[in-house]
Amino acid sequence: MNRLEPKHPRAVRWMHWVNVPVLTVMIWSGLLIYWANDVYALRVGGVTLLHFFPNWFYDALKLRNGLATGMAYHFTFMWFFALNGLCYVLYTIVSGEWRHLLPNRRTPLEAWHVVLHDLKLRKLPPPRDKFNGAQRLAYTGVIVMGACSLLTGLAIYKPTQLGWLTTLLGGYEWARAEHFALPIGYVLFFVVHVGQVVKAGWNNFRAMATGYELVPVQETIHGRP
Amino acid sequence: MADPKNAPLTGEAAERRMRMLSRRSFLTGGLAAVAGIGAWTWLTTAAHEQGIPWPLRRMLRFNQRLGEGFASLHNLAPTFAAESVQNPPRTNGEIGLDGAVDAAAWCLRIQHAGRAAEQSLTLAALRALPRADLVTELKCVEGWSQVMRFGGVTFHDFLTRFGLGTRSGRAPDPDGDSADLYRYVYLATPDESYYVGLDLAAALHPQTLLCDTMNGQALNREHGAPLRIYLAAKYG
Repeated sequence: MNRLEPKHPRAVRWMHWVNVPVLTVMIWSGLLIYWANDVYALRVGGVTLLHFFPNWFYDALKLRNGLATGMAYHFTFMWFFALNGLCYVLYTIVSGEWRHLLPNRRTPLEAWHVVLHDLKLRKLPPPRDKFNGAQRLAYTGVIVMGACSLLTGLAIYKPTQLGWLTTLLGGYEWARAEHFALPIGYVLFFVVHVGQVVKAGWNNFRAMATGYELVPVQETIHGRP
Repeated sequence: MADPKNAPLTGEAAERRMRMLSRRSFLTGGLAAVAGIGAWTWLTTAAHEQGIPWPLRRMLRFNQRLGEGFASLHNLAPTFAAESVQNPPRTNGEIGLDGAVDAAAWCLRIQHAGRAAEQSLTLAALRALPRADLVTELKCVEGWSQVMRFGGVTFHDFLTRFGLGTRSGRAPDPDGDSADLYRYVYLATPDESYYVGLDLAAALHPQTLLCDTMNGQALNREHGAPLRIYLAAKYG
């Protein structure tokens, strides 16, 4: 027998889903800007393992000759990205949701156990809590990354007016590289996140739309506050 | 967040309620997605204003006003030791460089709002101003940057010496009487095919220079000989 339990607050669900297209537009317009000086690559010794980005990538996504267009979209949608993120952080603080999201002292070990469990190296599943240790680290980490995107973005948007910030981030060249590396992190996050959602199944995914989850009654005895 | 009305539902009642919630949520989500796609279509197909859809242009103007209002132009860009200069200075495009420029005959032509006569200044007149020497990082809007040394005169000294930028002809002061100060200055190459409009606050920034040397050498044609502008307050 199942019991209907509230899981994700309405505000969190809206802000989560609004972020999907907004971040997509930010990454797309960022790529249009990056194309104009695409200097980054993964190099070991003198060997280039991966150039950001290969020609087929620019061609496939039509990213060429769009610097001015990219800037126009980037400097418009940055507001939606920033305001949505700010609302989310304020909401989690005011509502107390942060208790489920911020790492605590059990988190590092638990996160390690989750990784071992997912790699089938450990039988015991993580304790049934709203978010496990690995999720706490990931969901807090990605918010910190969002804040870093804003700061590194501001540092290269007004590098003289906000020169103290640019200097703090290691100077203009470093700030630009950091601003580029963060969305690579978002894409990696996205891949793992979607993989985990598929693995967790329909009931879990549906909770991000409805806010509610069906939980087997006998399992609700332990682990729930 | 717990709705006490729903929390205790179990069994068939819970399943029924879940089906209702799913229908409602996915319908709302679908409608929101349609609205989002509609908004995107509207934005990307909106009438263009100066090369981009007008809502984006409005946002850029808003950002500009915010920047002019809040981003302090009293901050200076970092300066570097002369040894950190990166040679050779990078060139970037040929627009505005058509036609040979005769440095001896070259003059700076000044058209000033509210003044009928066009002023004309020789290089010698400009070079009579105090010399400014700046080693800083040029940042190109394309995304590259380079530490370079700029030699010339500050735009502030230039405006002050020749009584430009104010209605009264007094020395321009970005923090002074805003009614006396003009808001913008426009600069163009001799062939007028490359040009830039600047707000006067940026033009008066202490690191805005009219340069006749770069990295210790006289400017060459690719860098805008005999005179170019450098400003730290904006991308170049």
